[in-house]
Amino acid sequence: MLVSLNWLKNYVDLQGSTPEQLADKITKTGIEVESIEYIAKKIVNVVVGYVESCEQHPNADKLNLCQVNVGEETLQIVCGAPNIAQGQKVAVAKPGAVLPGDFKIKQAKLRGVESNGMICSLQELGVEEKYVPKDVADGIFVFPSDAEVGTNVSELLNLEDAILELGLTPNRSDALSMLGVAYEVAAILDVPVQLPDTSMETSPVKANDKVAVQVDAPELNPYYGAFLVENIQVGPSPLWMRNYLMAAGVRPINNVVDITNYVLLEYGQPLHAFDFDKFASNQVVVRRAKKDETMITLDDETRTLTPDQLVITNGSEPTALAGVMGAANSEVSETTTTVLLEAAYFDPKMVRISSKAHGLRSESSVRFEKGVDPNRVHQAGLRACQLLHTYANGTVLSEPAIFDQLDKSEKQVTITTERLNARLGTTLEDNEVSVILKKLGFNYEQKDDAFVVTIPTRRQDIQMFEDMLEEVARIYGYDFLPYTLPQGAAQAGGLTKHQALKRYVKNYFESAGLMEAITYSLTTTERATMLVSPEIEQEAVNPIRLSMPMTEEHSTLRLSILPEMLASLSYNVARKQMNLGYYELGTVFISTEKQVTKQPKEKLRAAAALTGEWLTHPWQQEKKQADFFLIKGILEGLFAKLNVEASFEATKIAGMHPGRTALVKVNDITIGFIGQVHPQLQQSFDLKDTFVFDIDLDYILVHFENEPSFAKIPRFPTVSRDIALEVADEVAAGDIQKTIEDNAGKLLKDVTIFDLYQGEHLEEGKKSIAFRLLYFDPERTLTDDEVETSYQSILHVVKEQHQAVLRG
Amino acid sequence: MKERLQALQQEALAKVKEATTLDELQSIRVSYLGKKGPITEVLRGMGKLSPEERPVIGELANKVRETIANQLDEKKQQLEKLALDKKLEAETIDVTLPGRPVAVGGPHLLTHIVEEIEDLFIGMGFEVREGPEVETDYYNFEALNLPKDHPARDMQDSFYVTEELLLRTHTSPVQARTMGEYKGNKSVKMICPGKVYRRDTDDATHSHQFTQVEGLYVDKDVRMSDLKGVLNQFAKQFFGEEREIRLRPSFFPFTEPSVEMDISCKVCHGEGCSVCKGTGWIEILGGGMVHPRVLEMAGYDPKEYSGFAFGMGPERIAMLKYGVDDIRHFYTNDLRFLKQYHKA
Ligand SMILES: [Zn+2]
Repeated sequence: MLVSLNWLKNYVDLQGSTPEQLADKITKTGIEVESIEYIAKKIVNVVVGYVESCEQHPNADKLNLCQVNVGEETLQIVCGAPNIAQGQKVAVAKPGAVLPGDFKIKQAKLRGVESNGMICSLQELGVEEKYVPKDVADGIFVFPSDAEVGTNVSELLNLEDAILELGLTPNRSDALSMLGVAYEVAAILDVPVQLPDTSMETSPVKANDKVAVQVDAPELNPYYGAFLVENIQVGPSPLWMRNYLMAAGVRPINNVVDITNYVLLEYGQPLHAFDFDKFASNQVVVRRAKKDETMITLDDETRTLTPDQLVITNGSEPTALAGVMGAANSEVSETTTTVLLEAAYFDPKMVRISSKAHGLRSESSVRFEKGVDPNRVHQAGLRACQLLHTYANGTVLSEPAIFDQLDKSEKQVTITTERLNARLGTTLEDNEVSVILKKLGFNYEQKDDAFVVTIPTRRQDIQMFEDMLEEVARIYGYDFLPYTLPQGAAQAGGLTKHQALKRYVKNYFESAGLMEAITYSLTTTERATMLVSPEIEQEAVNPIRLSMPMTEEHSTLRLSILPEMLASLSYNVARKQMNLGYYELGTVFISTEKQVTKQPKEKLRAAAALTGEWLTHPWQQEKKQADFFLIKGILEGLFAKLNVEASFEATKIAGMHPGRTALVKVNDITIGFIGQVHPQLQQSFDLKDTFVFDIDLDYILVHFENEPSFAKIPRFPTVSRDIALEVADEVAAGDIQKTIEDNAGKLLKDVTIFDLYQGEHLEEGKKSIAFRLLYFDPERTLTDDEVETSYQSILHVVKEQHQAVLRG
Repeated sequence: MKERLQALQQEALAKVKEATTLDELQSIRVSYLGKKGPITEVLRGMGKLSPEERPVIGELANKVRETIANQLDEKKQQLEKLALDKKLEAETIDVTLPGRPVAVGGPHLLTHIVEEIEDLFIGMGFEVREGPEVETDYYNFEALNLPKDHPARDMQDSFYVTEELLLRTHTSPVQARTMGEYKGNKSVKMICPGKVYRRDTDDATHSHQFTQVEGLYVDKDVRMSDLKGVLNQFAKQFFGEEREIRLRPSFFPFTEPSVEMDISCKVCHGEGCSVCKGTGWIEILGGGMVHPRVLEMAGYDPKEYSGFAFGMGPERIAMLKYGVDDIRHFYTNDLRFLKQYHKA
């Protein structure tokens, strides 16, 4: 809402506040002033001039040579505007004037002829192009003939006005009118509001003799007033009205249209003017639209209607889409002489549906959607008639035709000072509360300790105690509320175990050298099904797609963090950052339904991706490419830290390198995978060798939330044995290790692989793996025999299960 | 014999002094102090001496031995030290060359901010709650006093999955869920950080995915001044002791009265500058007293219980606190960006 302060002054005394002071007060009291604009600050030396003569320039076809009387002198001015003519009153910038944009006016010679100033257009005086009336948009501005020669145009054109732009929250639609803003400012400054005088002379001829109103859908239209104004002369509206409209961001058209717009802005009540001759009937019938009924609106569009929309008709065909836009068939034009003026209350929800369905949001529909003040509908109609009488020479017929079932009653809300103080933390007294209510312009009655407040209908947002609490608090001033701390019982705050563990996992990844990434949850449909861990693949039927995505890029909820993480790596590599190690903790969304009806399962996953060199130390020629065992080491470190036993099992997953990918298992349950991205997929992301994992962190955190229990530090010596086994290449070291662990007996405490050998001295297709076995018993020293027995049984079982032989 | 011994001492000490290697010292030791050396020889000839002379010469001989031995030891230490110095000199490295890197990772700036906010409120007795990102229309809107045809739903156009399911547009549904869980008879003191989603085209100031931290305190007799006190404490701890706060009236469907909180501008301290667009204040968060209908729907009697709620955007806070100029930086994961904000 744009508020011209010069316009506002007509209703409320601003007490000499500067625009900045006023804006600050309004903002602090509840409506944010987003900006203060001046149309043109301090224009001097621009005055009204009378064009005494206008002839063609001797040396230029398109220029005119004018003699312009500016009061104390007559200036010769060269003017190129197409609409200049002898006898006009125009805005003359005299030499010495400075126009907006720091444009200085000087004496000059144009094509050999002296020119002492400039005749100005509105744009040159600082008015925004889009608000300039169309008839003067391409040329100079022409004043009405009663403008006094020599007057400063700043005043005449309201150029020194300050415009406050209000950012209105949805509850404050009462401030969508100049009167509403006046009430707000009056409450802040503690001054009265001066309402417009709507008294006028009316014709003895009765409007309701000439037109009847019939409302078939009173639930959507509880009030319809039809006013008639005859003998209208369509022409420009008065200069002051045009100025105010332009300041409010509305382009002046003609007096009839301007007056309906003016009253819309003044009262917040949209009006519609029909050309009564074109209306072609003497009855207004308001009804729901029929299914598939069509009409052509003012913008020449054919609209197909539905029964949840309301139409104004002449009894046979629609003449307006109620609350939204008029029909072309009854539009006011230059030749209109009788105006049928509609002042109505339309159901907010109906207007919202209707304007949304047709994509037509206008100053009118916005106000109807919020609900107009029931007690201002008729007043606004009268105000428009009065202005049509004064500024369009209209004859206003008495007794408009009215349908009225509108509830205009005022609500009452009871408040007590005690309850206000209890909720605000203040120590207000009754008299302070009554002062605030008076400032707000709310009537009240004091009954015992309570104030029974009558809420004016302009404030539809106030319905209960808490709403009044806010009114009192904001007029009292939020700045004056004390600072207190809650007096309830103290509680210990804190993280849950799950949350603390999550932080612990993050810290681990960071200490391992990974950088935390945060990627989007919404991805493409293609990426949503890429690199999905097998256990999720099995559970999720489909990735979840938005019903109306904005872009394909963010259309589908992820089943894996990895694709968007690869995209992040790719983004960096394209910017020459080649060595990257990222992790992310994030949610994936699993739906087990074909057609989603229930909330999906949300699982916390941990994913990581590494590419490029890792810990390169150039001057010592140390350079290592990230590889499978680097990322595996990082993941194993996590498991070790969390005291989780995990195993890895070779597997094949779409999008992953077929020979370098493993399932990650805990308790024999697959919880994720690890490996190298398939070279083709790497290439599609413009990446070199890239290694990733993606695991179910929820599973780990939920199943391993226990503190590790204390294990005794061994007092007796440990015994270690090395064992080198020769096996076929395809036998997995992890499988042999597991066999050893499962069969060595309880004295074996640890098995590590310390050597892997392939090549010379070994048969083709064979490899040698060396294990170190660690034995101990916390209670006693082991005997050689015990260790030897275990060792022999290991040799036996690995031969049986893996055809492994002891390497000689 | 006395003269002979003194001469031997002089001779030996001169050789020790001239010696430059440990080997030389060793041969001096052997030749003078060894069993076949001249001093032993002198002592062997003591038999010829008178009984009175014997102890005198014997003592002198021992003294000479001792003196030579001491000098030898001292010289040995000197030479050893020289040798070590020389060896260490040879081991000199260029200490200005860069060290071998260790892996240094770090948290995302948003995590850093969210955890800092969490910790501040934990310190004030708040617990941290989480909730689903795909929410029901009921919890996301209706339980927060935003019925189906409420005009304020326009304010936050949302990503729907079905008519009843959507990506949450704020973390406020966690408040409703928590209150529901506590069944209307227990105080609630919580914050809920998390990802939220809105139908916005990504640009420098908008992101279809962003982060929110909401707080809620419901108890008997919670006052609006408590909201002001708690937010003031948060602002001073998070942004600095010297920062002031102010509350302005605002509107949210789930609070009444509603507020927006500004903090005084760091650059101009309230005087007005280009950073704060001349107002001296910067908007940080929104909040208010929990709307009675929200309390009611969650099973709390608004006559007995009251509360306050607030919500803030870590992206916006990061942009203000660290001068980040484009919200998209938080989601492109540019290494150069991530590296700048390691937790100190
Ligand atoms: Zn500032």
